[in-house]
Amino acid sequence: MKEASLLAAFEGPLKTDMGGCFPGERAVFRGHDLHAEFSHADWMDLYVFGITGRRHSVAQLKVLHAIWVNTSYPDPRLWNNRVAALAGSARSTGTLAMSAALATSEAAIYGRQIDIGIADFLVRARGRAEAGWSVPDIVSDELRDRRSIGGYGRPVAKSAPDERNATIFALAEEYGCGNGVYLNLAKEIEAVLLAGRWRMRMNYAAAAAALALDMGLSPREYYLYLLPAFLAGMSPCFVDATSRPELATFPQRCASLVYEGVPRRSWTA
Amino acid sequence: MSKTEKTDLIHTSIWLEEPEADNPFSARAAYCNGYDVYGEVLQQATYLEYLFLLFRGERPSAPVLRSLEILAIAIANPGPRDPSVHAAMSASVGGSPAAAALMAALAAGAGVSGGSREVYQAMQLWEQCGCAFEAWQTALDAPSGGGKMQVWPEAEHPPGFAPYGRQCAQPVLQTLAALSANVGNGCTRWLADNRDRLEAVADHPLAMPGVIAAALTDVGFTPTAGEMLSLLLRLPGAAAHALEQGENGYRRFPFFSLEISNDPGPVQKKVAEAT
Repeated sequence: MKEASLLAAFEGPLKTDMGGCFPGERAVFRGHDLHAEFSHADWMDLYVFGITGRRHSVAQLKVLHAIWVNTSYPDPRLWNNRVAALAGSARSTGTLAMSAALATSEAAIYGRQIDIGIADFLVRARGRAEAGWSVPDIVSDELRDRRSIGGYGRPVAKSAPDERNATIFALAEEYGCGNGVYLNLAKEIEAVLLAGRWRMRMNYAAAAAALALDMGLSPREYYLYLLPAFLAGMSPCFVDATSRPELATFPQRCASLVYEGVPRRSWTA
Repeated sequence: MSKTEKTDLIHTSIWLEEPEADNPFSARAAYCNGYDVYGEVLQQATYLEYLFLLFRGERPSAPVLRSLEILAIAIANPGPRDPSVHAAMSASVGGSPAAAALMAALAAGAGVSGGSREVYQAMQLWEQCGCAFEAWQTALDAPSGGGKMQVWPEAEHPPGFAPYGRQCAQPVLQTLAALSANVGNGCTRWLADNRDRLEAVADHPLAMPGVIAAALTDVGFTPTAGEMLSLLLRLPGAAAHALEQGENGYRRFPFFSLEISNDPGPVQKKVAEAT
């Protein structure tokens, strides 16, 4: 039990080492003067520093950028992008549209829930590998709890190779980030999954997680870093919807509802 | 002629529409679980009857309806100190869109500490333990965490119990009393009868999410539906307080003060001092 006096100890000025603003004067960002030290910084550099408190090399930032770039799909059929498109169709604001679409990206079969799950799995898998477990045993144990491993296989195009992986692996190689412990482990896991009855290929979620973990990001840091990953694909969906007549994006007629419920009945019967 | 493909249909057991004769995109009549919404329900039903119909597919019995009314009032407004209401007010004082205020309320009211995810987790405990004290003892004694990482942070207190303090708060007791008096047997009545023992095992006093979880279980909601309904029902207070603070303006709204432990200080001043 925690005493209410603990809350009382947190009343008054909020103590923080994250920063704050001094209007008319300056802003502090994790112990640094924002304008003096970061005015020329890459936004990714600042963003990841804000999450982790650590600066990353130019090569690492290039790879982190590329992870976002190569998964920016302006396809309004994708469920999260569709939220942005529908908001645009209904003439909502761009910020509301994009905020809701990003929240939608915290999905269970794609996006953030998969991302944090695969990063967590890779960290646990590495721990087990270092403790002497074989990769097949690690995979079997993970599959004992559930039928699949997030990051391997895809809800769409289940057996085809992920079109993003070759690009991101080549880029990671180019920037000297293509031979990390996590990436190699992720590839070994794929080999086991492909050879077994599961026939699951590594998808982009596992590839991206492995690359980021190899840069020292924790699973929760990785999750926060990935938050805007789909954003660049969402804006075009919103813009496109606003260019059509109002409500003309994915219009659905009454007959598109297939009713499978109880027959008509009277409230007063 | 419809260009809708077979795969682009929405399958639903909740909603049926009849189109207007001259406009296939406009409904002439809409039926919710078989009832004519605009032709009959809105003349005959109360809002909470309709809400229950939407979620459960059937009209509520009188005791269930009364439980829903009690729940709706208990959840509607946790007050402006609550993080979700505070978040809504923060959106409103800056003049953000109404939807931003409610999205803020949903985000801060969704969590595992006092939010709808805590209701979900507490409802899972009711599913798992029912009205068996030994099962609750086992569940509450089990160490939290240690599972696979999720987007939700690990709970820092047992779901349904208060993180701070020694005594169950009076509004929680009053809500529990009202709900348990309304139902014969069930989780809420059992909770009222066994609160002391459960609090001793949990080492925390009962909190509102725990009462809400018991009552939602009693009226037949799954944890997933209970999470959704408890989010929805908390919006009225957030909206009202957001509107009020929007009118009051940011000058009369707390801004708080910061103590930055690693403030490097003004750059120009440091440069001047160095020279």
